[in-house]
Amino acid sequence: MAEVTQLIHDYLRHNKKFPHVFCPGCGHGIVLGSLIRSVHALQLPKDDVVIVAGIGCSGRMAVYVDFNTVHTTHGRALTFATGIKMANPKLKVICVMGDGDALSIGGNHLIHAARRNVGVTALILNNYIYGMTGGQCSPATPFGDTSMTTPHGSLEQPFDTVDLVTAAGANYVARGTSFHANMLDTLIKDAIMHPGFSVVEALSPCPTQYGRKNKFKGAVSMYEWLKKNTVKVENRKEGDTRIPIGVFRDVDQPGLEDRYAALKAQIAKKDLPAPKEAPVPAGECAPLEVPVEKAETKEQA
Amino acid sequence: MATIRKKRKKVEVFAQGNEAIAEGALLAGCSFFGGYPITPSTEIMEVMSHRLPKTEDGVFIQMEDEIASMGAIIGASLAGRKSMTATSGPGFSLMQEHIGYACMVEAPLVVVNVMRGGPSTGLPTSPAQGDVQMARWGTHGDHSIIVLSASTVQECLEMTVIAFNMAEKYRTPVILLVDEVTAHTREKISIPDPDDLEILSRMTPTVPPEWFKPYAEATRAVPAMAPIGSGYRIHVTGLTHDNMGFPTSRPDEVNEAMKRMFRKIDQFYGDIMMVDEFMCDDAEVAVVAYGSVARSAHYAVEQARERGVKAGLLTLKTLFPFARPAVEKLCRRCRHILVPEMNMGQISREVKRVNNGITRVRTLNRVDGQIITPSEILKAIL
Repeated sequence: MAEVTQLIHDYLRHNKKFPHVFCPGCGHGIVLGSLIRSVHALQLPKDDVVIVAGIGCSGRMAVYVDFNTVHTTHGRALTFATGIKMANPKLKVICVMGDGDALSIGGNHLIHAARRNVGVTALILNNYIYGMTGGQCSPATPFGDTSMTTPHGSLEQPFDTVDLVTAAGANYVARGTSFHANMLDTLIKDAIMHPGFSVVEALSPCPTQYGRKNKFKGAVSMYEWLKKNTVKVENRKEGDTRIPIGVFRDVDQPGLEDRYAALKAQIAKKDLPAPKEAPVPAGECAPLEVPVEKAETKEQA
Repeated sequence: MATIRKKRKKVEVFAQGNEAIAEGALLAGCSFFGGYPITPSTEIMEVMSHRLPKTEDGVFIQMEDEIASMGAIIGASLAGRKSMTATSGPGFSLMQEHIGYACMVEAPLVVVNVMRGGPSTGLPTSPAQGDVQMARWGTHGDHSIIVLSASTVQECLEMTVIAFNMAEKYRTPVILLVDEVTAHTREKISIPDPDDLEILSRMTPTVPPEWFKPYAEATRAVPAMAPIGSGYRIHVTGLTHDNMGFPTSRPDEVNEAMKRMFRKIDQFYGDIMMVDEFMCDDAEVAVVAYGSVARSAHYAVEQARERGVKAGLLTLKTLFPFARPAVEKLCRRCRHILVPEMNMGQISREVKRVNNGITRVRTLNRVDGQIITPSEILKAIL
């Protein structure tokens, strides 16, 4: 217990007005705890960690932790994270998003960050619902479930985050839950240390907005549901309908920032001495290089 | 600031406006470009993709769309880079949410908008000046912003340098509006010696991290900015924040923060506002123009003078904050003011507001994707 208290003192902001916004029974606090324990276990300096968060309950996480934190616009957290990582590759950039953030408005950014394989860790807190906005359905809401905007049951199939980002090319893909906190610690730790784009989806119950509308008796029954309905991916048998958790993809391709650095080194080697066709002015200013001539009429972009 | 001092040694090249903008950005110290290709701004991005990897710490990235481009350059700016993106009308529409975010977190960056006809996909390869009011008011909420324009290729280079300087000095997004004619015209320009340029960079904190207040009141109303990863652990948010950067909705804190963000631009109005006056001292008829139209107007004014009409030209280099004193002076002197522009009257609206019944303001508008010729302007002057 004493150790836990110590961690709170070390990693939460003292000058921030607590309590936090999470409801009783919310899984986000557990994920936040996991994140802090992972960073602590890796002994990362606080100045080197950047938390970029989107909008919503999960987005508020950025306010409480004592790292460099950026609370961005809805769904665009990954774009900011890409800019930060490319601008300063030494930083460990962790992007905290909700399911609406990552899969709906930010769906495009998610698949492109995975394709680009930029060295960012995406932590997707999936509670199957838009929590802070008042319980509307999200792209992760299970088929047939009710929400404020699907009072008669959702007619749409949810995204499977793991399949989506695996197909898009992320280096490391894992899924954990708020119930399996120790496992989540390990997954986040692995994800942070992986080169390239890594994704951890954390199933995190929302008793207030999702549970209440979908006949869960309370927060406890939601955690029991998670326990009963998940299975470690390595123990999964044919025909099992439970949700697999664990590591789904684990490769070590270099991240975009590493590839970019390699490209720059290559260009620098090739470019010495400086190009000779035009006079080089004093200082660093090189002559204007005209790109390939454009045709007069251009297809509309 | 905001001036390019006398050149000692110069390199002359034949270039188009877009290339000059890219060159200006590199001279100003831009080391991060995130963008998405769109006609007619693409050449800026192409030059940057070619040049940035050759510079010491330059980063170029083509993002998946304009929203992402804007997000990436804000992120890079927060991490201490001078960053820029370039786009055109439809892309600029997409960027608006993040331009508002940049205003709120006071991220210095430059957005170049090479205007094309609109609304919607409009006229992709034709000139227009329809994004003037969008540059000022495109994002939601009340905010101050700096909008610049350029009318020659040389000016494209110079205004880009100035845009970066202003962005860094005032910690604000600066929008550079160029029209398609200026962007694609090829002219001889001289590239100044980097040593002759005054390049400004943002102020960084000098106090220890535990004393640092990221959004504190400062003498210039522009607080120091600590790059992410420099040991100053700060919180950046698009929500209205207190001087520590944390979300607040306390009326007194909100009021103070909003007022300061307006004040930082307002109190340096004289420094930001740039106009070119041509034969305005004894003018009886004045033309107020910007962008490529200003060049047509310049010729028309010369022609009018030859015919004995006392005409003058006021070229707006800063569009917003609007050049009220310069325009007001003309309103008091002239028989009438002519505002030719390639839209249905976005700057003439400002001129009329300043004029407020003093004299007659006439407009000359074209929205057919064609340039406004000197003879048209001359006819309207006479």
